[in-house]
Amino acid sequence: MENRDSYLKSERAQEWREKLRKSKNNKERTLQERVKMPEADPQLRIQSYVEVNSGLSAEQAQKEASRCIDCPNPTCITGCPVEINIPKFIKRIEEGEFLEAAKVLKETSSLPAVCGRVCPQEKQCEANCFYTQKLKKEPVAIGYLERFAADYERESGKISVPEIQEKNGIKVACIGSGPAGLTFAGEMAKKGYDVTVFEALHEIGGVLKYGIPEFRLPNEIVDVEIEGLKKMGVKFETNFIVGKTAPIEDLKEEGFKAFFAGSGAGLPRFMNIPGENYIGILSSNEYLTRINLMHAADKNTDTPVVSGKNVVVVGGGNTAMDSVRTAKRLGADRAIIVYRRSMEEMPARVEEIEHAKEEGVEFMTLSNPIEYFANEKGQVNKVKIQKMELGEPDASGRRRPVPVEGAEEIIDVDTVVVAVGVSPNPIVPDSLPELEVTSWGTIKVEEDTLQSSIPEMYAGGDIVRGGATVILAMGDGRKAAQSMDVYLKNK
Amino acid sequence: MFKIVDKEFFSENVVRLSIEAPRIAKARRAGHFVIVKIGEKGERFPLTIAGADREKGTITLVVQKVGVSSRKLAALEVGEYITDLVGPLGQATHIENKGTILACGGGVGVAPLLPIVEAYKKAGNRVITVIAARSKDLIILEDQIKQFSDELIVMTDDGSYGKKGLVTEGMEEAIAREKIDEAMIIGPAVMMKFAALTTKKYNIPTLASLNTIMVDGTGMCGACRITVGGKTKFVCVDGPEFDAHQVDFDEMLLRLNGYKDLEKKADSDYLKSSEEKGR
Ligand SMILES: Cc1cc2nc3c(=O)[nH]c(=O)nc-3n(C[C@H](O)[C@H](O)[C@H](O)COP(=O)(O)OP(=O)(O)OC[C@H]3O[C@@H](n4cnc5c(N)ncnc54)[C@H](O)[C@@H]3O)c2cc1C
Ligand code: FES
Repeated sequence: MENRDSYLKSERAQEWREKLRKSKNNKERTLQERVKMPEADPQLRIQSYVEVNSGLSAEQAQKEASRCIDCPNPTCITGCPVEINIPKFIKRIEEGEFLEAAKVLKETSSLPAVCGRVCPQEKQCEANCFYTQKLKKEPVAIGYLERFAADYERESGKISVPEIQEKNGIKVACIGSGPAGLTFAGEMAKKGYDVTVFEALHEIGGVLKYGIPEFRLPNEIVDVEIEGLKKMGVKFETNFIVGKTAPIEDLKEEGFKAFFAGSGAGLPRFMNIPGENYIGILSSNEYLTRINLMHAADKNTDTPVVSGKNVVVVGGGNTAMDSVRTAKRLGADRAIIVYRRSMEEMPARVEEIEHAKEEGVEFMTLSNPIEYFANEKGQVNKVKIQKMELGEPDASGRRRPVPVEGAEEIIDVDTVVVAVGVSPNPIVPDSLPELEVTSWGTIKVEEDTLQSSIPEMYAGGDIVRGGATVILAMGDGRKAAQSMDVYLKNK
Repeated sequence: MFKIVDKEFFSENVVRLSIEAPRIAKARRAGHFVIVKIGEKGERFPLTIAGADREKGTITLVVQKVGVSSRKLAALEVGEYITDLVGPLGQATHIENKGTILACGGGVGVAPLLPIVEAYKKAGNRVITVIAARSKDLIILEDQIKQFSDELIVMTDDGSYGKKGLVTEGMEEAIAREKIDEAMIIGPAVMMKFAALTTKKYNIPTLASLNTIMVDGTGMCGACRITVGGKTKFVCVDGPEFDAHQVDFDEMLLRLNGYKDLEKKADSDYLKSSEEKGR
């Protein structure tokens, strides 16, 4: 930590930073209003999958960057799971050195264009910004600026190709191609390893492709990252389920010396309430997969999707918001979030909740479905909703929702999307009886190294944490690469 | 991409394909299936692996043309490629020498029944197979099934071939005659429902191999879920075989109908467009 502090200090002391700090006084900086992200019009955007946030202009970005006062003790960094040197990249933007800003991001983050779009900044860096903490004002728009720098670099066509150490010929395997796997692969390729990524689906990208919709994270952005990895020599094998298509043993025989499991938490949870298997009730994974991975909304594809006029989405996370906003785009008249706690507890990114409201999504909070009804064809047509209130705090510190005796409501529905959480993918653990897992089914790892109970097997991302975030998955991919490198070198 | 190396028509609508997939050929066992996707815009759909040749590194699929995707697959020629193929998926059939097996296949269910009949036979069982369809032209794989059955009973609804009657009548015939140790049923949900009721009457342990709608085939979506013994199960990972006496076939029937209208429309659109192309 001390190292890091002195590193940050010396960076901050550099001439260009000092000059920039002196170019404007803090009063002037703090009087400026936070930039507004330009957005597609809500009425128009719900008729397409166009990205909602259109990104800052260079001018807007530089102006916003000038709000940052380049604190001597940058608390924002402590809020970032991968400790991006936030003031440094922001000051590069203020200076107009956008490519340099992107380089700063890439010192610690492999997917800045993705994280700039999907990180819960309001709970991380921006929550710890001097503006939020001390001035009680709106924080510097760190997320927007991150996105700006990353997009600028990509669109400039001048993507900096990372330095690759001399190839060492050691084969390592990565299981899964979500953010954890992609990051791991990139880091190992840089260190000179011969990396193959095995992916069960026919597409690379994990949740970034099959889960998060185009209107929030265009596929093109993920594809650029994948292309970059290919240029670095990373190999990809799609349609390959490690543990089914071939056991780990076979891969070892083929020369793979170590493994990273980034196999995610892809299993949908249901609520086990009466009627949940009626037609028209599906998991958010199924709903989003049909649209995002199989492109069911495109008439030229073979995959169908049934989405009704009255859609209820159960849950309050990002997955729920993505589903309910997808329902709007598929033509729902009413798209309703049913969530058992209140607005404040909703785990989704604040921006997504705001966007959902603009798009006409209704919110039924303190409400929990308890039973579904169907017509004679088994098609769901009604849902019984139990009203809730908040009681004593539970283990997580959040107040536990408890049913309000006798307060029930029945509403008409024709599609229900269940987005109440996910469980770890059991395929890798099932295929390796000696691999230790928790009672939740997540893979047990050493906290510092991410090494599992099998020495040559590392793991990270949602398969270790349960449903978490992109940035944490990415951070894990990096950490695992570092410790696997040490392990293989000492072997 | 997975290359088709051999192709043989069993009848106008049923085709056998051998496909280069060395890893799957090595890993698969009877009862496993694969998910297939044809072309960039194709859907993902499951097919039972009918057989495999480890040496050659190929697997066999038996496909009956029933909808857009199976037609597209059946239209591929030797030398052409299947875009995506993943597996082996599901739990393998627990095959052992049980004594006498009653294997029942209805309609499209006969194709996935074939490898199971073969495996039972090779494990030393006496195998009595009943295959059934609406009429003569819908009876498929008769010769292939016969090869691995000690006895074959063919039933048609209209009596145009074999005996006239439903699959259950053929089953009753065998059950009345000899002791059956286990039954295996594969076919349309209605057929399986009544076949299961039949064996239940006689307390014959029975497995049903279920063909629900699937998307990923790896447990990620829940499209394939059904109720077995009051509990929700995912056919792609917990199955495809279940205790037939515990399966809620009525619910499964309803769920299968969920996309029927869309599928029918897609199929007729596809047929129209391929006729226009002169195929
Ligand atoms: C709809 C949705 C919206 C979300 N929104 C946000 C957001 O806004 N912000 C945020 O930070 N997080 C969000 N998340 C969470 C975030 O996407 C995940 O935390 C993150 O993707 C986890 O990354 P991962 O690499 O661990 O796993 P995943 O992205 O799940 O990738 C795992 C991959 O491994 C593959 N795989 C599994 N088993 C095998 C095997 N045996 N062999 C080969 N391949 C295998 C899977 O097919 C999958 O592609 C969202 C999640 C969802 C579902
Ligand atoms: S097909 Fe998706 S879970 Fe079974």
